[in-house]
Formats: sequence, structure tokens, C-alpha cells
Amino acid sequence: MTETRVISIREALNEALDEALRTDPTVFLLGEDLADPAAGVNAVTRGLATKYGADRVMNTPISEAAIIGAAVGAAIEGYKPVAEIMIMDFIGIAMDQIVNHAAKVRYMSGGRTTSPITVRTAVFAGTGSGGTHSQSLEAWFMHVPGMKVVYPSNPADAKGLLLSAIFDPDPVLVIEASRLYGVKGEVPVGDGHRVPIGKAVVAKPGKDLTIVTYGQATALALQAAERLGEEGVDAEVIDLRTLLPLDMDTVLESVGRTRRAVIAHTATTVAGPGAEIAAQISAKLFGILDGPVQRVGARFTPIPARASESAVTLSVDGIVDAARTTMGAMRV
Amino acid sequence: MSASEDSTSGKTPELGTDVLRELWRSMTREEALDTRILKGIKRGELATVIWPSRGQEAVSAAIGQVLRPDDRLITTYRGLHDHVAKGVPLTEIIGEVMGTAVGASRGKGGTMHIADPDHGVLLTTGIVGSGVPIAVGVALAAVKSGSDRVTAVTFGDGATNTGSFHEGVNLAATWQLPVVFICQNNLYAEMTPVEDTMAIEHVADRAKGVGMPGVTVDGNDPVAMVLALTEAVDRARSGGGPTLIEAVTFRFEGHYAGDSAPYIPAQQLAHQRELDPIITFPRYLLAHGFTQVELDEISAESVEAVEEALKTVLAAPLPDMEEIRSDVYADGLVVTHD
Ligand SMILES: Cc1ncc(C[n+]2csc(CCOP(=O)(O)OP(=O)(O)O)c2C)c(N)n1
Repeated sequence: MTETRVISIREALNEALDEALRTDPTVFLLGEDLADPAAGVNAVTRGLATKYGADRVMNTPISEAAIIGAAVGAAIEGYKPVAEIMIMDFIGIAMDQIVNHAAKVRYMSGGRTTSPITVRTAVFAGTGSGGTHSQSLEAWFMHVPGMKVVYPSNPADAKGLLLSAIFDPDPVLVIEASRLYGVKGEVPVGDGHRVPIGKAVVAKPGKDLTIVTYGQATALALQAAERLGEEGVDAEVIDLRTLLPLDMDTVLESVGRTRRAVIAHTATTVAGPGAEIAAQISAKLFGILDGPVQRVGARFTPIPARASESAVTLSVDGIVDAARTTMGAMRV
Repeated sequence: MSASEDSTSGKTPELGTDVLRELWRSMTREEALDTRILKGIKRGELATVIWPSRGQEAVSAAIGQVLRPDDRLITTYRGLHDHVAKGVPLTEIIGEVMGTAVGASRGKGGTMHIADPDHGVLLTTGIVGSGVPIAVGVALAAVKSGSDRVTAVTFGDGATNTGSFHEGVNLAATWQLPVVFICQNNLYAEMTPVEDTMAIEHVADRAKGVGMPGVTVDGNDPVAMVLALTEAVDRARSGGGPTLIEAVTFRFEGHYAGDSAPYIPAQQLAHQRELDPIITFPRYLLAHGFTQVELDEISAESVEAVEEALKTVLAAPLPDMEEIRSDVYADGLVVTHD
């Protein structure tokens, strides 16, 4: 058995960056406020500038396009830059660099140049920061050939996915949830821990219903499963871990057994990741489904101020209701 | 002030016959390429698109002369001249313009996305301004790896109004990186004259705002361009940081093949015709020991080289579906459900 100890997601991410910086001289970090003693609003990079110096942990101006552009340029030249976009809502400013360049230089150059950058960003959903500091924008990137997108829900995955991302030959967006930074869990001790990109995991087995989820929503889905258990419904929870490429094999295998599916995420339901997953489940398992596939996410409004945020975002109640809807459908 | 005027008054250092000859060779190749493809498009022979740079030959030729083969170049959709000057083979350029399997990117890039790392061309972008921060990253990589390579990035006057440009030049100046920012100011951004989009007269003045040297150069004068670029490249290579060079030139054709450019006033066009480097540079060369026969020979060779390359390209196949779907991810990973 691998030896583990309990650390937070923030510590797990920090360990991943530390391992990458220590083991590969081509890895460097760049972003706003990353250096000590501030180490950024997310404090994920704490101690790293002190340990590796300002050349490896580079503080940048507030220039999101230039942060990603510089990462792309260095990556084309063989470096493995890890760029931080402090809060996901700011990523629009760097969208051109990510979507038009990082994701496409391999293709448009026929493989002659590549841009295996890692972009770390934090979703502030649930912090009460309002309409421009709380959005879950992962669906934007699932639309882009050439990208990979991962969104860990626990410390072991956070460390393993971030390390896989840094050493992946393609550009990877790593989405972190600021509300999860303090969440603790078992993480293997030492170097070499990796979580493969593109592989989902069954977070809780069950036989009556499949809840497909990822990232911040995973904890809510597990709570919903517990509540459903009290009602006599045995729900399986799948943590996707990677949004692009989507591990539909695992999803379809599960829904093929349970015959019912709910997809839950903090992103808006409308045109959210759940739309793609639901469409694929419906297309491939239509004949055996015992109820309509349900999607549940944020309501289609901007995120309101702190007091009302929970009224529009994903909740355990919302997931339970969606599960009841698809369970109830059989009785009709 | 053009170098030819300067040099007759003895102010300009001479460039040496070999450099002058290579400048002319590069300029005539650029012109031949542009002219031939444009002609082919106009008469329906070539189904493709280019963003012509006829008129801007001197800037590109000088870049090609001053940069070392291993120096990096990042350019734009209007970059065919830059590609020629940096040594990208004509078949790879035309192959990509025509989207065939012999193109630099095996037909998957197109005119706007030609990359040839073997000759230092790392990126050609169709997004105005986007090459600027990427060049900064390429220059950062040179510093990190202890190389004295210099990165040059070309773009238009319009690009200097983008956030990417401002973010990029600021970062390069802050980090003192070995980049040369080369604005090919052809007096128009697409269809809009430069004075309608900037309150300043000289793009080079933008350098002051970020703390780097900025110079305005006669971009129709290859000698002046070589001198200005040499200074900037030497500065970058020796650790002196970035420079912004504004090369003032002109674009005789429309924004894209098919744009008849009704927005260019006849008077301006007539004035610019007199400054056309393809007309004026031979006068300088003739005054510096070259013969008309020699110059004509070089032009004819250039036209021939373009014809030869075009023939090869037209005989080449399009990329097949397997090729079209490869290089999306490494290792041929296909991430689709379609
Ligand atoms: C970000 C962006 N906005 C708009 C366009 C459309 N566009 C293509 S070329 C061009 C004009 C650019 O002018 P300039 O930078 O002066 O370069 P030039 O074409 O004159 O070389 C525009 C607006 C684009 N490609 N990218």
C-alpha cells in the first residue's frame, strides 16, 4: 500500500508545483502575485519563490493575455510553463491566447510547434463575490479541439491531475475551486503520484441512479446520494475529474447499469457541460433508460451578491429533486 | 530621410556588395511570390486567399539579412515576405497558401498560419496583436536557456492598438527581454487609415510609455532598415533589452486579394508609387556598382523560383482525412464523440 497522509487541496497543489519545479528545470510558474511572501490570493504557490527563486516563480504585471502568451511562446521553445489566472472570470482576457494559440499551434503547424502549457485557474463560486468573480466557465473550453480540461474534487486528484497536466504534451486547463482549497484528504507521500487525464472515477457505487459530477459539485452530489439513500434510492456518483476528454465509457457503463442519470455541476445548466453529457447518454442509451436524463446546475442568471448566491447555484436539494424526477418518471 | 540620400552625403555606412545583393534577391523573391499568387487568384487560377504585402519588401528583406538563421521570427497573415526573407522554402510557403500536403504544415495551417521552426519561424498568426506576447515568451525561453538568440516579431500599425501589444511590450520591457518589435506601418489597418485610429503620429512613441527605445525608420529603404535593425538586434543580443522599430512603408494592394482598396486616395497612391522600394532600390544599387544586367538576372531568377515552386505545389495532393484529423493532440489522441 502506498503511504499517505492527510493534507488540504491547497497543500496538495503546492506539493505538485514543488515536485515539478524540483524535478524538471524546464518547469516555471508565472502569474500575478505568485511570489512570496504574498504568494497570491489563492496562496497555492506559498514558499515556492523562496525555494526556487524569482526566475522559476515569476511575478507578472496584470496582463492576462501576456501571461498566457508568454507561456505559449516559452512552451513552443520547449519549456513547461504553469500560468496562473487568479480567478476564472478573468480568463476571458486571455481567451485568444488559450483558444486560438495554445490549443491550435500543434494542428496549424502540422505538429512542428506545440504549446503544452498548463493554465491553473480558480473558480470563486460560493464565495459571495458576485457576477464577475464567481462564474464556472468550464464549458467554454470543452468546445475547443486541442485543449484538455481537468477539475479535481479532492487533494489526491488535485496533486495527481496537476502533475499530469504539467507533463502532458498538450495544453491543459486545471480548474481549482477556491472553496475547496481547505478541503483535506489522503494524498500519497513522495514523488510520482499521478492521476491520468481522461479517466473518471466512481466516487460512490450504487445501483438505482447515476449522478455524474466533477469538481466542487462532487461533495454536493455525495451528500445528495446520502439523502437519496435515506429514501431508499441507491445512487452511484461518478466524479469525471477530466472534462475534456470526457470519459464517456465510464459514464455509459454506469448509466447502462442504473438506467437513470443526473448530471450536476456549478456551471449554468443552459449549454453547460451537462448538456453534452446528457445528449451523449440519450443518443447511446435511449432504448434502456428508465427515466429522462436530468441536468442540474446554476440558474441562468448572473451570480447575485452574497446574500442571494445560494438561491441560484447548485444545491444538494436541487440534485435530490432532479434524482426524484428521473426516479418518479418510471411510475408514470 | 532615406539612406540613399544619406549615403550620397556620406552619412550612411556602406553595407557591402554581398548584403546589398542579398537584399535585392530577397526583395525580388518576395515581390515575385506576392505578384504571382495575386495574379493567379485574380484570374481564377488559384483558389485561395492572401493578404498582399506588395510594397513592404524592404522591411522583410532587411529582417532576413539582420537576423541570424537561429534567431526567431513571429509574423502575421501579411507575413509571406517575412517567410521568404527568413528562408522558408517557397514550396512550403505556397504549399500552405494553397493548403496542399507539401505545405509547411501539410496543408493544415493556411496562409495565416505558416510555421517553419527549421528556419526560426515559430508562429504566424491571423489574430491581430497576438504574436506580440508570444514573442515575449519565446525571448524569455532564450534567456532561460542561456542562448543569445534574438526574437523578432512583426505586426501592423493597427496591432499596436490592441491590448495584446500593450501587455506584451510592457512585459518585455519589464523583464528586459531580447525582442525586437517591428511594426510594419503600411498606413492602413485593413481599410482604415492610421490617423483615424491613433492620436499619436508615430507608433514608435508608444515605446516611451513602457520604457524601451523606439525608432521610426523609412521602411522603403532597405539600407536604413538594416542599420536600424542591426542596432536593435545587437542591443537585444547583448542583454540591452527590447526595441520598438516603426518601419513606415506602404501596401499597394488591398487588405486581401479581392479588395480593390477604394479607400486609398489616388494622390496618396501616386505619391507612394514613387517611393516603391522595388523601383527605388535598384537606383541605389546602380549607383553602388551593380549593373542593370545583374539586377535583372536576379529578378528573373526570383520569378523562375516562384514558378517552379508553384508547379510543385499544384501537382501535390490535398492532405487526406487522416492527416486532417491528426496533430489535434499529441500521440494522435482523438477526443471526439462525433
Ligand atoms: C483581433 C483581431 N481583430 C480584427 C481582425 C481583423 N483584421 C485582420 S487584419 C486587420 C487590420 C490590421 O491592421 P494592421 O495591424 O495595421 O496590419 P496590416 O494588415 O496593415 O499589416 C484587421 C482589423 C483580426 N484578424 N484580429
